[in-house]
Amino acid sequence: MDKFRGGIHPREHKEATEFKPIEVAPLPQRVVIPLSQHTGAPSKPVVKPGDAVRTGTMIAEPGGNLSVPTHSSISGTVSEVKELPHPLTSRFVTTVTIESDQQDTLDENIKERDLNNITPDEIITAIRNAGIVGLGGAAFPTFFKLTPPKDKAIDTLIINGCECEPYLTADHRLMVEKPTEIVEGTTYIARALGVKKVLIAIEDNKPDAIAAIKEAVAGTGFVVRRLKTKYPQGAEKQLIKACLGREVPSGGLPADVGCIVQNVGTAFAVREAVRFNRPLYERVVTVTGSGISEPKNLLVRIGTPVKDLIKFCGGYKGTPEKIIMGGPMMGISLASDEVPVLKGTSGILVFLQTQEPEEQDCIRCGRCIEACPMGLSPTRLNYHIKSGRLLQAKNEHLLDCIECGCCAFVCPAKIRLVHNFKYGKSEILRAREK
Amino acid sequence: MKMNSDVKTRLLVTASPHIYSSVTVSKLMWAVVIALLPALGGSIYFFGFKALLIIAISTAAAVLFDTLAQLMFKRKVTVGDGSAVITGLLLAFNLPPNVPLWLPIVGAAFASIVVKQFFGGLGHNFINPALGARAFLVASWPTHMTTTWLAPHNGTLSGLPSQALKLCTDAITTATPLNVLKHGSKLLLPGNEPRLLYQHLQSWETIKNLFFGNIGGCLGETSALLLLIGGIFLIVTRVIDWRIPLSYLLTVAVLVLILPGHKTAVLNYFLFHLFSGGLMLGAFYMATDYVTSPLTHKGRVIFGIGCGVLTSVIRLWGGYPEGVCYSILLMNVATPLIDRLTLPRIFGTRSKK
Repeated sequence: MDKFRGGIHPREHKEATEFKPIEVAPLPQRVVIPLSQHTGAPSKPVVKPGDAVRTGTMIAEPGGNLSVPTHSSISGTVSEVKELPHPLTSRFVTTVTIESDQQDTLDENIKERDLNNITPDEIITAIRNAGIVGLGGAAFPTFFKLTPPKDKAIDTLIINGCECEPYLTADHRLMVEKPTEIVEGTTYIARALGVKKVLIAIEDNKPDAIAAIKEAVAGTGFVVRRLKTKYPQGAEKQLIKACLGREVPSGGLPADVGCIVQNVGTAFAVREAVRFNRPLYERVVTVTGSGISEPKNLLVRIGTPVKDLIKFCGGYKGTPEKIIMGGPMMGISLASDEVPVLKGTSGILVFLQTQEPEEQDCIRCGRCIEACPMGLSPTRLNYHIKSGRLLQAKNEHLLDCIECGCCAFVCPAKIRLVHNFKYGKSEILRAREK
Repeated sequence: MKMNSDVKTRLLVTASPHIYSSVTVSKLMWAVVIALLPALGGSIYFFGFKALLIIAISTAAAVLFDTLAQLMFKRKVTVGDGSAVITGLLLAFNLPPNVPLWLPIVGAAFASIVVKQFFGGLGHNFINPALGARAFLVASWPTHMTTTWLAPHNGTLSGLPSQALKLCTDAITTATPLNVLKHGSKLLLPGNEPRLLYQHLQSWETIKNLFFGNIGGCLGETSALLLLIGGIFLIVTRVIDWRIPLSYLLTVAVLVLILPGHKTAVLNYFLFHLFSGGLMLGAFYMATDYVTSPLTHKGRVIFGIGCGVLTSVIRLWGGYPEGVCYSILLMNVATPLIDRLTLPRIFGTRSKK
């Protein structure tokens, strides 16, 4: 089978949590729910301070075509609806704070649905109403991916169980513990898309997950595809290349090559949404890193402060120097441990000591070019951006950069390539908007 | 939101990635220094204390001038990265063993100040500093650079067996193996067949001397074996890309076999070319200099082939007996062009279809 070019093999560090069953995190006293946890327009609040809400009650409606509703993750009372800095972007977004009544009363709409003769449209509506976004990290509204333009014929669905980021084991544990549910969710997605060919792709460092999913797919016709452990195997374009040999065109989408990719966590959430009409208000989060006393995989309500999870994991081992939301390759470092878990939060990593090596001049060793899974030449792009030649950087496909971090990881001069590329991309996009 | 009520210190906020490979510039550079140690030992074994003295002076001067230039240009002093040590070692390895002791100092100054720091320091020079300095010294003091050979302590300068030396004039005591190949007929006593001399030059005994380094030549280039040990170390530890030395050596091997020359035994002739002169030193340690060689796999193969073609052409038809230095320098200059022509294909821009 085709492999994708480049990539790296960082130390996996998954041993701390890969065999630890998912534990349910205690109900938080309070949740803080930003209304922009997805790509696209933020959702608009439909509650005000003092309103009583239940677990799963919609608190904000879609704010546009590319938008999803947001739901309460606990039962209690809305205490605040105001602009707060977003945990990841630091931009001010409308944020709903809810105080718990510790009852965890479910919203009355959450009940088993009649699945006989359910139509693709009904599935897609259920997915949208449940506020489901891609749980692999990108948080792209799932319903949107399931409604590709009519001229794009989709023939293959890939369920992404690679979890190629070091440290993270949330998807791994979900596949081991909830394989039938994931497969059930996958059948709904496949039906919504009208595709017959379904691949479930898993890296070969998770043999127990491969075995569990293989057993669960029996009789469905779905194929389990065992992939080499290599970062970024789970990146959408690289995954499609590795599974099907197809290349998503530069600037294009998977639908352009007849393919849709969904994460295993998303498939699980889809199952809950379609079968029980249950909105996305909880997810699995791996809490780990050298600064955590007892690393765990936790089922967490969206909006739970990171601090609460760390406390439940035995607290800090010392004074933390860096807290990362997501994996170490693409995750975002947090300025505070009071920020909430979001729909796209796959992990919380705490480090007491971090590597912040000094930057040196490029020695032209070419390792970044060898590592880039997109075929870019990071050292050249970096020179262009640093010299203000943004047009040249754009011509050499800077906008194709997926920010996977392979180049910066391998760079012996420790040049902050991704940092500079994020800056260069935002400058190019800003110039385009003008 | 109150910041970090429980977290005592400020948290570090940086862009991803948050982990890095353990490979650093200085680790790579010091690995090259380690790889050069066998050849360094060999040079002292073959040429004695004088070799050690030249290597020490050259290295110390390269480190000193690199540091001084960085101070002068108000740059960060990065002498700990080991690149100046490599320049000093390689410069010494490229000098005949009996040069006056001021020569390495002048060479190191040229390499560090003019070739390296004038252009911005490590990473910005467009030709290899040690080779740039060697070319400068050859042009400025040709006599010192081409006649101050020494025979190894228990061998001959030309590496020829004793019965071959009887055929030659006294000039043979000042000729390196490549000199003999180039000017063989002029070295013979009247009445002797040149073919006989070439036969001896390609005898197993001469090849053995070339392989182990028991011949005359520049300080660090004589022993193919010791250079190979270090070169293989660098390839196995993935410090250098095997593509450059392999394509370089293969090109020389193929070209000397197909082009006309004084072949008496094909296999031995081919080994003679591979083991003689500065080819091993150049192919493993100087053509592979990151800064002055291409960035991509494809570019490196082109670079290696280019070096090989130029080396063979200079050896077979040029005015010098050896062409490694100028071949690499010329390909250094071609590197930006090679880079531009060999950028990898961007994902999703397949031209065929």
